[in-house]
Parts: sequence; structure tokens; C-alpha cells
Amino acid sequence: MKDGVNGIALGVFIFFFVLVTVMGFLAARWRKAENEHSLDEWGLGGRSFGTWITWFLLGGDLYTAYTFVAVPAAIYATGAAGFFAVPYTILVYPLIFTFLPRLWSVSHRHGYVTTSDFVRGRFGSKGLSLAVALTGILATMPYIALQLVGIQAVLDVMGVGGGENTNWFVKDLPLLIAFGVLAAYTYSSGLRAPALIAFVKDALIYIVIAVAIIYIPIKLGGFDDIFAKAGEKFTKTGAGSVTPPEGARWTYATLALGSALALFMYPHSITATLSSRSREVIRRNTTILPLYSLMLGLLALLGFMAIAGGITVSNGQLAIPQLFENMFPDWFTGVAFAAIGIGALVPAAIMSIAAANLFTRNIYKDFIKPDATAEQETRVSKLVSLLVKVGALVFVLTMDKTVAINFQLLGGIWILQTFPALVGGLFTRWFHRWALLAGWAVGMVYGTVAAYGVASPTQKHFGGSAAEIPGIGETGYIGMTAFVLNVLVTVILTVVLRAFKAPDGVDETRPEDYTKDAGDPDVQVELPPATAGSAH
Amino acid sequence: MTPVRVVIGLCLVAPFVAMLWVGSYATTDPTFIGIPFFYWYQMVWVLISTALTMIAYRLWQRDQRARASRENGTAAKGGAAR
Repeated sequence: MKDGVNGIALGVFIFFFVLVTVMGFLAARWRKAENEHSLDEWGLGGRSFGTWITWFLLGGDLYTAYTFVAVPAAIYATGAAGFFAVPYTILVYPLIFTFLPRLWSVSHRHGYVTTSDFVRGRFGSKGLSLAVALTGILATMPYIALQLVGIQAVLDVMGVGGGENTNWFVKDLPLLIAFGVLAAYTYSSGLRAPALIAFVKDALIYIVIAVAIIYIPIKLGGFDDIFAKAGEKFTKTGAGSVTPPEGARWTYATLALGSALALFMYPHSITATLSSRSREVIRRNTTILPLYSLMLGLLALLGFMAIAGGITVSNGQLAIPQLFENMFPDWFTGVAFAAIGIGALVPAAIMSIAAANLFTRNIYKDFIKPDATAEQETRVSKLVSLLVKVGALVFVLTMDKTVAINFQLLGGIWILQTFPALVGGLFTRWFHRWALLAGWAVGMVYGTVAAYGVASPTQKHFGGSAAEIPGIGETGYIGMTAFVLNVLVTVILTVVLRAFKAPDGVDETRPEDYTKDAGDPDVQVELPPATAGSAH
Repeated sequence: MTPVRVVIGLCLVAPFVAMLWVGSYATTDPTFIGIPFFYWYQMVWVLISTALTMIAYRLWQRDQRARASRENGTAAKGGAAR
């Protein structure tokens, strides 16, 4: 790390930061509708986004700053095992092609804003809907915190994070400023702000990747040398490898599959999806979103370049920012850091909106104030989005970073347990609501306990996301094992409950609701205020 | 289950088979401009799976149109899957 502050890089970084801040506030006026006080407007951008905006929004949402820092960091540390992010994102698209259009249709038909809205409507169970909502909020919080870790990494390398001896306030001031600005424009512009900023973020990211993937290998003497050096390092340290050894293949495959199943259970992915104009927009998007996977694959290779470039950092998260600073001229380092920084702001904004929507619709409205008006809903949502962000900030500032990473790991395991209720519910009503709740509980408990039991050289608990799969003697992703248990419990209990004729909830949806598209007679493109679903 | 739908299903299932069968691609050779097979093969699959999803999308659109015209012709029989 160079001593002191990298002035030129910092200047470029601040320039882009100011640019997106201005855009964030102006976004409130972009494609504005008449009824701005509804949750549909603030929390879903008026449900009006077309193919390209949805593409940028989803890309900005799913491929976060943390991804950009963590995926190459994992490769830097362990080699092949970290590359599972690529098959993971490949598998996501056939999956969403199959079930998201159905969710879009039924949500439009009934005015659902969150996945819990749908679960409540489908199974007539407030308890199940609450379980889904709480899981979503719990899984999202540490994710937001990790975005801040991403910004911190960049600030550290630029030298504005302060040394060990600086006062904590001076040290964290840049992060506090970034966060205050983010909170302010999310509050005023809602989902429109990240949608607009996502354009800048993606443009910067694509430029940086394109340059990095050509420029750095030339400087390092080509891919042959890079992989040779990486191989040497892995053999010397004994940790990691260039291709996965026999025993690591199950882990690789189950991690890819489990993560793919989990991704669209996250509230922020659903928020971005429901903001699209039609179900066609979603299907079309599954054919252009893989562009991001390609980028992610290239980005992952940067981890090997960091090894070949002789980067040694104690904190793996700093490997890529440090590689950029060592390799690029100062001004371009600034561009690259701005890309990572803005890459953190977009998802953080969407995630806080999504968590706030869940709280407002499925806790506040269902349990605290059932007669809330559309305006009250929006006000509560805006406030909660602030609280969620402050919570994440406190989390990052007061606790060790590994705590955020541990919780993020748990969050992935947890959110996967909502899959049977949501995706199962989209295709069939056979599952019994109590069975789904029991399956969820079993998956949550097993996943948490198993993750707690994983030790690593540096940590006693939560040392990783893989453990032995009971019964087959292979090591696999804990979330996936928990998911299988969850489904087994759900199916068995459903059979039992059906045999005993346990009462079913009221299903307010009809089979044809799942296939409607914009333009069909009873699907309104602009929904009435969010209380469209107030019939419950 | 029409033949078209079977093809759509195969297009969507193929990436799962290819990617989850890790043993089929966990090797270094042949390399491509110095990148081990393990890495470039998976990147190529990004493109293949995109192409397959695109085919599935086109076929599905055609299937929907065909069904819509059939239903207009005979009276609507209530919605099927999708």
C-alpha cells in the first residue's frame, strides 16, 4: 500500500460520486406518475420499467460491489473453488425463465409488492407469510452491511480510511458521508434512484473489466505465466488449487445449485423484477442478463492476476483494489474504485427498499395497522428503509467484518428455505400451509446449527458454507442439504395433514392469474395505489 | 405436453446437467491462450446457455401464439400451465 492519500484517484472517485448523487436526487422526477404517494411508485418505480432499464437494474442489483471484491478474493485465496460463482449465475437464468413470469402475473393481478404478499394470498396463512418476510429481512441486512465493507475496502486502499491510530470518527467519516447521501436520495426518489444510477455503475464496470482483462495480463506476461505462478503458490501453501480436486466437486456443484436457487428468493431481486412493465420483459431479460455472468467470469480471473502480480495482503478483500492501484495509472485507479463504490450504492439502495417493503406490507399492515392507507404505507416504508441502512451501518462500524460475512453466509442458507413456499406455491396448491411452515423451520434450524459447527483455520464457528452431507459421505453446501430436508418434511407432513383433513387456507388466486400479461383485459398496467390488494 | 414443450424443457435442463457434472470439466488441458480448460469451458457455457434460453424463449412465444389462435378458433378451455 502506498503511503498517504492517492490524490488523483481520490479526485476521480469524488467526481463520479458527486455525479451519481446529483442523478439520485433528480431521479425523483424521472418518469413520474400522478400518484407519487403509493408504495407502487416509491417502492417499485411505478411498475413501469422496460427491458433495458430492468436489465441495468437487475444487473446493478445482483452483481454487487461485494461480488466484485469477494469473488476474485475467493479465487485469490483458494483458486478453483471460488469460480463456482460462474456456474451459479449460469443456472439462475433457466430457473427464472420458468417461475418469475408466473410471479409477475399473479402479483400484477392482485397488487402484490413482496413475495410474502403472494404467499399470504396463495395459502391464506399470515404465519407463513410472516416467516417468509422475517427470513427476507434477516437475510438482507447483512448483505447491505457487506456493501459497506466493499466501499471501506476501496477507501482503505486509497488511503482515506486512516491508519490504526486515527480517531474512529475521522476514520469512518468518508463512509458516513457516502451513507448519508445514499439514504437521502433513496428516501426522496425510491427505486428510481438506483435504476438511474445503475447506468453509470454498469458503464464504469464494463470499461474497467475490459481494460483490466487486456492490460493486466500483458503487463504480467500472459495467462500462461499467470496460471503457472498461481499453481506454484497453491502447491507451496497447500491451500487451494487451479482445478478442483476430486473431493471438492460435490461442494462446487451444490454451492452453484444452492446459490442459484436462492438468488431470486432475495427480496431485492424480486423488487427489481416486479418493477418491470410486463412478463415479456422478464423473459427477454433472461436472454441478455448472462452478459453479466461473462463479466463475472473475467473478473474472477483477476484473482489469479493478483497472485501473479505478487499482491500480498492480510485481508483478502483488499487484493483486487490493491491490484488495481499497483497496475493502473492513478486516474484509472480512480475510475475503477468509483465503479466498485457506486456498485455498492445501487444494491444497498434496492436492498433497503426491498426490506422496507417487506416490513410495511407483511408486518406493519398485517399485524400492527391493518387499515393503513397507501400514504401511510409509503411513509412507513421510507422510514424503515432509513432504519435498515442505519442498522447496517452500526453493524459494520461496531462489529468485526467477519461477523457481517458470517451472517451473509447464514442469510444465503436461510433465504433458500423460503423456496418451497414461494416457487412451490406458484405451480401448485398441493402443499399444506402448516407443512410448509414446519419444513421452513427444520431447514432454518438445521442450516444454522450446521453452519455454526464449521471450523476453519481462522474461525471456530461459521468457518465456511460446506459440511458433510448426512448419508452420502460427501461434502456439500449446507444450504442445499437444509433445503432437501425442508422439502422432505414439507412433503411428508402434507401427506399426513391431508390424510387428517387439516383445514386449508383460503386461496385468493385463480389458475388463470398466473398466465396474464400486460394488455390482457383485467391486468392494469398502472395499478391503483398499493392498497389494490386491500380486499384481504 | 407437446413436442415443442419437450424441446423447451430440454433447453432449460441442459445447463444444469453440464454445470453440475463437475468431473466432466475439472481438468487443465486443453488450455486456451493459457487459460486452463476448467475456466474457459465454463465461460463458453455462459454463451451456450444464453443461446439455449433464447431458443426456449422463441419456441415458447410461437407455442403461445399457436395456442391463442387455437383457442380463438374453438372456445376458450381455461388456462393450462404457463
